[in-house]
Amino acid sequence: MSDAILPPRGLADRLTTLFWRHPRLLLTLLLTPPLVWLGVVYLGSLAALLLQSFYSIDEFSGLIVPEFTLKTYGELFRPSNADIIFRTLGMAIAVTIASAIIAFPIAYFAARHAKGGWKAVFYLGIMLPLWSSYLVKVYAWKLILAKEGILTWATEVTHTGWLLDAALSLPGVGGNSLSTSYIGTFLTFTYVWLPFMILPMQAALERVPTSMLEASADLGATARQTFRTVVLPLAMPGIVAGSIFTFSLTLGDYIIPQIIGTSAAFIGMAVYQLQGTAGNLPLAAAFAVVPIVIMLVYLALAKRAGAFDAL
Amino acid sequence: MRSEASFPLKLAAIGGLLFLHLPILLIFLYAFTTEERSFTFPPPGLTTEWFAVAWNRPDIWPALMLSLKVASLSTVLALILGTLIAAAMAGTRFFGREQISLLILLPIALPGVITGISMRSAFSILDIPFSTLTIVLGHATFCIVIVYNNVVARFRRLSGGILEASADLGANSFQTFRHVLLPNLGSALLAGGMLAFALSFDEVIVTTFTAGQQATLPIWMLEELVRPRQRPVTNVVAIVVFIATVLPILIAYFLTRGGSETAGAGK
Repeated sequence: MSDAILPPRGLADRLTTLFWRHPRLLLTLLLTPPLVWLGVVYLGSLAALLLQSFYSIDEFSGLIVPEFTLKTYGELFRPSNADIIFRTLGMAIAVTIASAIIAFPIAYFAARHAKGGWKAVFYLGIMLPLWSSYLVKVYAWKLILAKEGILTWATEVTHTGWLLDAALSLPGVGGNSLSTSYIGTFLTFTYVWLPFMILPMQAALERVPTSMLEASADLGATARQTFRTVVLPLAMPGIVAGSIFTFSLTLGDYIIPQIIGTSAAFIGMAVYQLQGTAGNLPLAAAFAVVPIVIMLVYLALAKRAGAFDAL
Repeated sequence: MRSEASFPLKLAAIGGLLFLHLPILLIFLYAFTTEERSFTFPPPGLTTEWFAVAWNRPDIWPALMLSLKVASLSTVLALILGTLIAAAMAGTRFFGREQISLLILLPIALPGVITGISMRSAFSILDIPFSTLTIVLGHATFCIVIVYNNVVARFRRLSGGILEASADLGANSFQTFRHVLLPNLGSALLAGGMLAFALSFDEVIVTTFTAGQQATLPIWMLEELVRPRQRPVTNVVAIVVFIATVLPILIAYFLTRGGSETAGAGK
């Protein structure tokens, strides 16, 4: 019978035998290049960020002092810096809530009612804005919100200019025009991150078994009761999963508040300006650690809510 | 039981979809406006001259070329690295598997500004000068997960039996890879590559930290948004960027349509 086994013919065959006898070897060979890349380039950079945040800047020379200190983190608690952190957090919370509200009917319809052609329309309709150019979308909103733009024109045509004026005169969030107010920043954030909320929501809603809805109806629940006690709790992990994206993306973004809104800084803008014009890399690094810490806390809470099963 | 959707639900769903798409149309409209200083609506007149102006602007071409170069290099790197991880993660269970999947996800799970400032810190500490390579380093890192997601989904669907059958029929690992695995992965690789290309071509947040003085097309656009010169020219470029990202996405969708792992379900 041993004749049936072919003798090894070349290097490729000998390697094949080696891989067969030692499956771990193949695994190691496969994993080494990508892990070296991610380990060195990415984790290495994150380590550099952490290291940098424990350095400080010499106030006189403006040079980075490579000695361990907590002074830079201390600067985060100065009122002007703490303001930036709270402003960003507030925006992230508002954007997350608004996207959840707008996203829900779209996700619900796409998951439970759209059939055939409509299913494809909804799929592409959500996916295209998710992937298409971020900067183009932001620019579109600059066009919409401009003082002389389409929104002002629309309110004039429909005689609802007073509504716009009322919104703009709101203390704190209003401003000269929508494109220079927090309302504008908020609208743009909500628009740009909305698809990130819809997709996980839709995935969660698709997994709600129809039998449960039928059981709920059979037991005499009204549509509203079924929604509140069956659909919503089962969709919750999807909503939390989506909120991870909207929350994290808003925390780190610095382009949108730079182009649309008041000139008040957000965390991302502070990071960008500090590393660039100010040349204060240590403080920029310390600022960047803030969203990491917030996201780690958020992810820990989300994990408890079972959000990772919905990703 | 699939009851008919109520009217308010339909209205909110379709209204929501329109809300996602209508703003983009304005970009197209304003590329034809005769007004170059403000965003007056409705535009006072329509013209196609901005396309010629954009074509003749000397600062746009180098930016476009750099973007194409960076996106191509990043896509190739991401394809190689992403496929390797997918191959390792698909079949086997091993110690640290969970940690590796977290590590792959991290570059897009954390805000882009963090990837950017991290790399900027690393370049500063190691005294690495900015170059095309530093941009590619950043882009390839967050593109790996895109390729990985597409390819690992295909691996899962692929029955392990065909690899064993290939081995039983006397093929060695390399022949199996070339004649069995690669043809089966083909469209998933292409879809993943398309999405990675689109993501890299349009990326601006990480790029601002890793580019130094170089301008990719999105960086050129960002500068125009902050300090506008001929506004409709920015719209023309925006249309180019929009098409350069939407086309690959559509191709990726049609390549993987009908499978259980349609491309692009997660970014």
